[in-house]
Amino acid sequence: MLQSAGANSGRRRVVVTGMGMVGPLGLGVENVWSRLIAGESGIERITHFDPSDLPAQVAGQVPEGPTSEGKLTLSDWISVKDQRKMDRFIHMGLVAATEAVEDSGWKPQTEEDKCATGVMIGSGIGGLQTIYDASITVHEGRAKRLSPFFIPSALINLVSGHVSIKYGFQGPNHSVVTACATGVHAIGDAARLIMFGDADVMVAGGAEATVCPLGIAGFCSARALSTGFNETPQKASRPWDKDRDGFVMGEGSGVVVLEEYEHAKARGAKIYAEIVGYGMSGDAYHITAPAEGHYGAYRAMRSALKSAGVTPADVGYVNAHGTSTMADDLELEAVERLFGDDARTLAMSSTKSSTGHLLGAAGAIEAIFCILAMRDNVAPPTLNLDNPSRESVIDRVAHTAQQRQINVALSNSFGFGGTNASLVVRRV
Amino acid sequence: MSEIADKVKKIVVEHLGVEESKVTPEASFIDDLGADSLDTVELVMAFEEAFNVEIPEDAAEKIATVKDAIDYIEKQKAA
Repeated sequence: MLQSAGANSGRRRVVVTGMGMVGPLGLGVENVWSRLIAGESGIERITHFDPSDLPAQVAGQVPEGPTSEGKLTLSDWISVKDQRKMDRFIHMGLVAATEAVEDSGWKPQTEEDKCATGVMIGSGIGGLQTIYDASITVHEGRAKRLSPFFIPSALINLVSGHVSIKYGFQGPNHSVVTACATGVHAIGDAARLIMFGDADVMVAGGAEATVCPLGIAGFCSARALSTGFNETPQKASRPWDKDRDGFVMGEGSGVVVLEEYEHAKARGAKIYAEIVGYGMSGDAYHITAPAEGHYGAYRAMRSALKSAGVTPADVGYVNAHGTSTMADDLELEAVERLFGDDARTLAMSSTKSSTGHLLGAAGAIEAIFCILAMRDNVAPPTLNLDNPSRESVIDRVAHTAQQRQINVALSNSFGFGGTNASLVVRRV
Repeated sequence: MSEIADKVKKIVVEHLGVEESKVTPEASFIDDLGADSLDTVELVMAFEEAFNVEIPEDAAEKIATVKDAIDYIEKQKAA
């Protein structure tokens, strides 16, 4: 076992005691994880709307169906009356948060405990479809008919708001908006609130639902989405492969319950992992593209390892940002530079090959994948990595999952605007 | 029951997600049917849309029960 690091000494330790997830591979952490490890893909032709007019026609959509089959029946989670007051990204966040909170078993009864429990669930974009629909109402001269629920349905921090209302959590109520780095920033920032004593328990993560005409058209216009695999959707997300041509949009949410270590132990909670490291950086370079060498990613990872008090040799698995764009090789280069000789024993994969890119939720579901990779000593696969565009000594777990000893794992998320975040989790 | 009353009842059931049997004429939107202030704003909008009537703010504030809504709309329609 690793020793408690020097950088950790004296600060409150933060552990994960609950996890929840909904996404293209379905509903529920264990269901999604088993499908991920089996090498399944959640990518399909878009059915939420007719995508025929758009260059990109595939996405990762949450499968609808019976809860017992690991699919989503929204009315099992949110009343039909309340559904109408929330954009789909809030639905996603509430479903994942509900699973996470129930999983943690944390049901604060006293005023003091409720006030020590907070929420920090973010989103990259928020209620895009809701804004689109409302714009049409106004455009048609029917502004007076705009729903009073339009604003609270579209606001990003309303996932945190609804979760707090549902459970009576009266601690810090906060939200993160850092594009595709949102999920990692939310978990990292929430962990620091616990370390700093603002809360003992934080419900943290990200939620996204932009598989809608405006979302797909917008990212198409930015030349960010895959357009060459419309007839073979499951081949479209192919991180590091030479034929990759853009990311594949996914929807869903990942949420974790973070808890101060002694607090978790005292109530006999099941502890999945410890959040030991968190690092951030800014590229100060370009609004959508990382710079050559991806030094921003390098600095975020280096800072995360430092705050964790671990060395590259300790890290058994990296969940890459790896979106299936040209930037994949830049991240690879940054990881090689940071890990040096230790890169030879490292496993790094991109689970976006299976789920697509959940934008603001990506960092949260991928943090959960890192925790499960440690729990089961399994590195999940990178699908469709047939011919790497760049050779590397790093094992990128092509096609099939691998059994590996993993005691420390690192997850990367980078966002438009040149924002980078890395999270380090460790076995407890 | 009048056609208007029938339609009002349907709108209330749909918007507030309540059982049809609970939507009695005396039922108060807020006290009996679980509506909050935003729900009532939306409900009044739905009445305006469905019956093609204008319900000004001061009149809307006085509509507290199902019967209030039915009476107001019937009066508007008769005028």
